[in-house]
Amino acid sequence: MQSRTVVAAVIFTALALVPSVATALNQSFYIDVGIRILIFAIAALSLDLILGYGGMVSFGHAAFLGIGAYAVGILAYFGVHNGLAQFVAAIVVSTLAALFIGAVSVRTTGVYFIMTTLAFGQMLYFLAVSMSKFGGDDGMNISSTSDFGGWLDLHNPIVLYYTCFCFLLGFAVFSDRLVGSRFGMVLRAIHMNEQRAVAIGVGSFRYKLTAFVISGAMCGVSGALLANQALFVSPAIMHWTRSGEILIMVILGGIGTLFGPIIGAVVYLLLESTLSRITEHWEIILGPFLIIVVLFAHRGMLGWIAERRRAPTK
Amino acid sequence: MLLVVDSLVKRFGGLVATDNVTLAVPAGQIHAIIGPNGAGKTTLLSQLAGELRSDAGTIHFDGEDITALPAHIRAARGLARSFQINSVFKDFTALENVALAIQVHEGHCFRFWGQVAKDAALQSAALGFLAQVNLEERANIIAANLAYGERRALEVAIALASRPKLLLLDEPTSGMGANESAEIVTLLAKLKRTLTILLIEHDMNAVFALADRITVLVYGRTVAAGSPEEIRANTDVRRAYLGEDEDF
Repeated sequence: MQSRTVVAAVIFTALALVPSVATALNQSFYIDVGIRILIFAIAALSLDLILGYGGMVSFGHAAFLGIGAYAVGILAYFGVHNGLAQFVAAIVVSTLAALFIGAVSVRTTGVYFIMTTLAFGQMLYFLAVSMSKFGGDDGMNISSTSDFGGWLDLHNPIVLYYTCFCFLLGFAVFSDRLVGSRFGMVLRAIHMNEQRAVAIGVGSFRYKLTAFVISGAMCGVSGALLANQALFVSPAIMHWTRSGEILIMVILGGIGTLFGPIIGAVVYLLLESTLSRITEHWEIILGPFLIIVVLFAHRGMLGWIAERRRAPTK
Repeated sequence: MLLVVDSLVKRFGGLVATDNVTLAVPAGQIHAIIGPNGAGKTTLLSQLAGELRSDAGTIHFDGEDITALPAHIRAARGLARSFQINSVFKDFTALENVALAIQVHEGHCFRFWGQVAKDAALQSAALGFLAQVNLEERANIIAANLAYGERRALEVAIALASRPKLLLLDEPTSGMGANESAEIVTLLAKLKRTLTILLIEHDMNAVFALADRITVLVYGRTVAAGSPEEIRANTDVRRAYLGEDEDF
């Protein structure tokens, strides 16, 4: 078996066992941490799809997280609790937003792409701040979780956990197929050598835009899940530092590895939840850790694991 | 005529890189462009491929005016180019490089599920093109790890895989040893008649072995055009470019 498959199997088995272990240890707190990890793993996975395979460093990805969460929050505010309606709204709105943001920013590359996505992210942040009807700067409470009738009670943490787990697994499988598909090959080719890709007849804009939209929609779903966990949504969810956190998760785990960013989300959020109990300046410890990973692991932590596994056969 | 270039001009500020170049290439021929360094050969090629916009003049390809079309549309219509500096997809294997060109030519790129690596038809088609340039045994090597000459050959295979009507080759033998260079010349001679080729080349042996017509560019201007024999006999060309005393 490929080391990639082994790593993926280990990650998902471990994640699947979290609720049982937490329950056995009587530490239900870890289920909540786990849900957060799964949600941010989806966001990081979606970012890695365009960053690792399309070379698009989006510094505004939290915008889609916010759009997904606000879609749930605003519908709930107007009394629409139907889960299907809320999730479809989250996907549709984040798709449209990604289409618009992408249509502008995908034309640029490098630093300009970073700045453009950052600018759009901050525009949406301030838009949320200005929506006083929906709590403005303070955010708003959401009265209940998405209602899926009798068969999916998201209010139950274990059900919510496995719902997030299924979304993550589904998106990971889809992304893994995508990068090896005809579309994925073209996207990676554009990233490697755009001039050459154009010379064989690739109109790069529509491929990059499509990838950006897929990524945005996936991240929108994670936002809808986040709203269900927190039962609260505020502009802070799309602040640029949040986009930075998602970016750090991808870099920690390994850019262009898909499963790496999932590890990145696990490590980042575990560090956050343990270290922040020791000191509120927990980033002082995170910073050096990030530097060490970037310096010593060529492609993040997953790349480091893969290299260890291959080393003996060399 | 497959390609008709009429009074093409490209200026970079005060410098006229392409100065009223006119040429015509009939289907099935190899047309070589020669000239000293800085003569504007690559600029002209980039204008034909659509990477550079022309300031004046027209380009007709296969009966249609393509002067205003972007590069990827020209490529899709059958105008493929190779690059003077190795330009391949370096993290892909040789096979993946060629398979990509084939799938883009087929136009089925918005497929998100089926795996390219398991597409038998695509893989065998790609192997066929690699075999044409004697690379089939190197099919699964990452392009970055191929030898220089192999990458030049891969470059040609990628261009062939997009099944072009006209192949624009920018110094396909540059940096190659004598043996590798001879292999490329043999390959191009084999492709002649089934494919039309516009060739920039420094290796005069290759040019005179392959070309049906030659255009000589100096400072962006055409100083001579004609059959290889005419160019050989042309005293202006000897003086301007080939060197008075050079025996060839």
